[in-house]
Amino acid sequence: MSATEHFNGLARALHWSMAVLVIAMLFVGVGMVASLTLRPMLLDLHRPLGIAILLLAMVRIINRLLTTTPALPADLPTWQVAGARASHWLLYALLLAMPLVGWAMVSAAGNPVVLWPGFTLPAIAAHDPTIYTVLRNTHTWLARVLFATVLLHLAAALFHAWVRRDGVFSAMARGPSGTQPHANAATDSGSTDA
Amino acid sequence: MDRLSSRAPSSTPWAAFLAIAAIVAGLAALFAWTAGWLTPQRLTTARMTNAIEGTLAQPFPGFRRAHAKGVCVAGYFEGNEAAAALSKARVLAPGRTPLLGRMSIGGGSPYGPDAQARVRSMALLLRGDDGQEWRMAMNSFPFFSVASIEAFHAQTLASAPDPATGKPDPARMAAFAAAHPESAKFGAWAKSAPWSDSFANTDYNGIHAFRFSDATGGSRMLRWSMVAQTPFVELTMVQREDAEADYLIDELQARLAKGPLRWNMRATVAGPGDNSADPSTPWPRDREQIVLGTVVIERAEAQATGACRDLNFDPTIVPPGVALSDDPILAARAAVYAQSFDRRQRELALGRGDAAQTGAKPPATKDAP
Repeated sequence: MSATEHFNGLARALHWSMAVLVIAMLFVGVGMVASLTLRPMLLDLHRPLGIAILLLAMVRIINRLLTTTPALPADLPTWQVAGARASHWLLYALLLAMPLVGWAMVSAAGNPVVLWPGFTLPAIAAHDPTIYTVLRNTHTWLARVLFATVLLHLAAALFHAWVRRDGVFSAMARGPSGTQPHANAATDSGSTDA
Repeated sequence: MDRLSSRAPSSTPWAAFLAIAAIVAGLAALFAWTAGWLTPQRLTTARMTNAIEGTLAQPFPGFRRAHAKGVCVAGYFEGNEAAAALSKARVLAPGRTPLLGRMSIGGGSPYGPDAQARVRSMALLLRGDDGQEWRMAMNSFPFFSVASIEAFHAQTLASAPDPATGKPDPARMAAFAAAHPESAKFGAWAKSAPWSDSFANTDYNGIHAFRFSDATGGSRMLRWSMVAQTPFVELTMVQREDAEADYLIDELQARLAKGPLRWNMRATVAGPGDNSADPSTPWPRDREQIVLGTVVIERAEAQATGACRDLNFDPTIVPPGVALSDDPILAARAAVYAQSFDRRQRELALGRGDAAQTGAKPPATKDAP
């Protein structure tokens, strides 16, 4: 086991706040496309939330690259280790790509990228039917991949928490506050079973 | 790990697996429900748009699903002091704001005969000097036919052509009218309102209520109309039947060759008891009216190559100082316009919308006059 038992406080705060935001966003997005009555209201939520996720994802990735993260249990099968690594980087990539594709897509439609009344982001793509269509389809399909990846991540997290009980879940669920990686689990509530 | 981990592992982890599967399946089901995939009867944006497409005898790829035939226009809007007092929207401030727009006729065919279209429209895009956009979609009818999206869906389905005759089935239209007596008012307008002989001398009504807020925090609910400065001249039934297919568009071009065309933007302020959520009921005639400025159209350009082709005139794009009302038809319009925009842009991207990009006429359907 690595000396680091837990993600640092910043990583945990970002993880759980973004978990709420991303799941809310997926439902807002799919709901606003389907609903005949809620589109304007949900769109007003969707755009600022998306840009907030983009900014938080950037902070999160920098934090991840600069700090030590807890090692996975030594007895975890290789395919699960590979799956964990791949799905985490896929999630990071999607959290960056979804807001950027959405922003570019609204630009390519020739629509103003209004974050809130009076504040509009500049266009980042040319106003063009083909560019719009590619981005619009990409936004839909990446959303579906993101939702599936989130579900997989949730299932794996609960598998670690309830089936393997190996400390992987608690590495993100609890730990001391602050941004320093925590090296000593002795004061924690017993996550020494891994 | 939490307290779970300090217990001895249970003999079988099936309960845990079952709980995980239930949580994941529950979330997936909720997502599918939100998307409308589990409720084929629910009226979603895609289904409403499908119903509108169903009113056409044939598809016209690359064109708008409604008001498919039109012409791009450009000019400016000139606000005044009264408008600036009513809303802090920069577009309404005294001075000129450039505008792009589109004049169109009702119906889903891009080849419909102009003179026989009961409904005409003006759509505008204005960008204030603060960069904030205002898009408007206005119609020549003075109020919407129904007050709910369910009723509009039923009306759309009832007006779809019968495959046998190629025309709407009178029995279904009658059944709709019987079930929705509120639509009779619109029918009476369509039958009795005089037809003008130009896009230029037609009034265009915003239909929906919007809330205007001023710089001091005050706000008022209002509706607006673009009232033609060009004098009304009637287009008789005989003239309508004799007119060329592109009569209105050609006539507009001819007028613009001689000079710009103007409309007064006239607001009607809601009084006590006026319902902002019901676009099918006009407010009483004695309500306060305020002229907010002038729409000036200077140029027109074919929609196949004009700036309006790839724009969605979504009337829910409003600047600070203008806010949406609780009108469900206004919200539905944003949803359906977005869906229609996605579909036609996709057709253009896939190369299926050549006629929409070249302005080519349909082969061999237009008889020589």
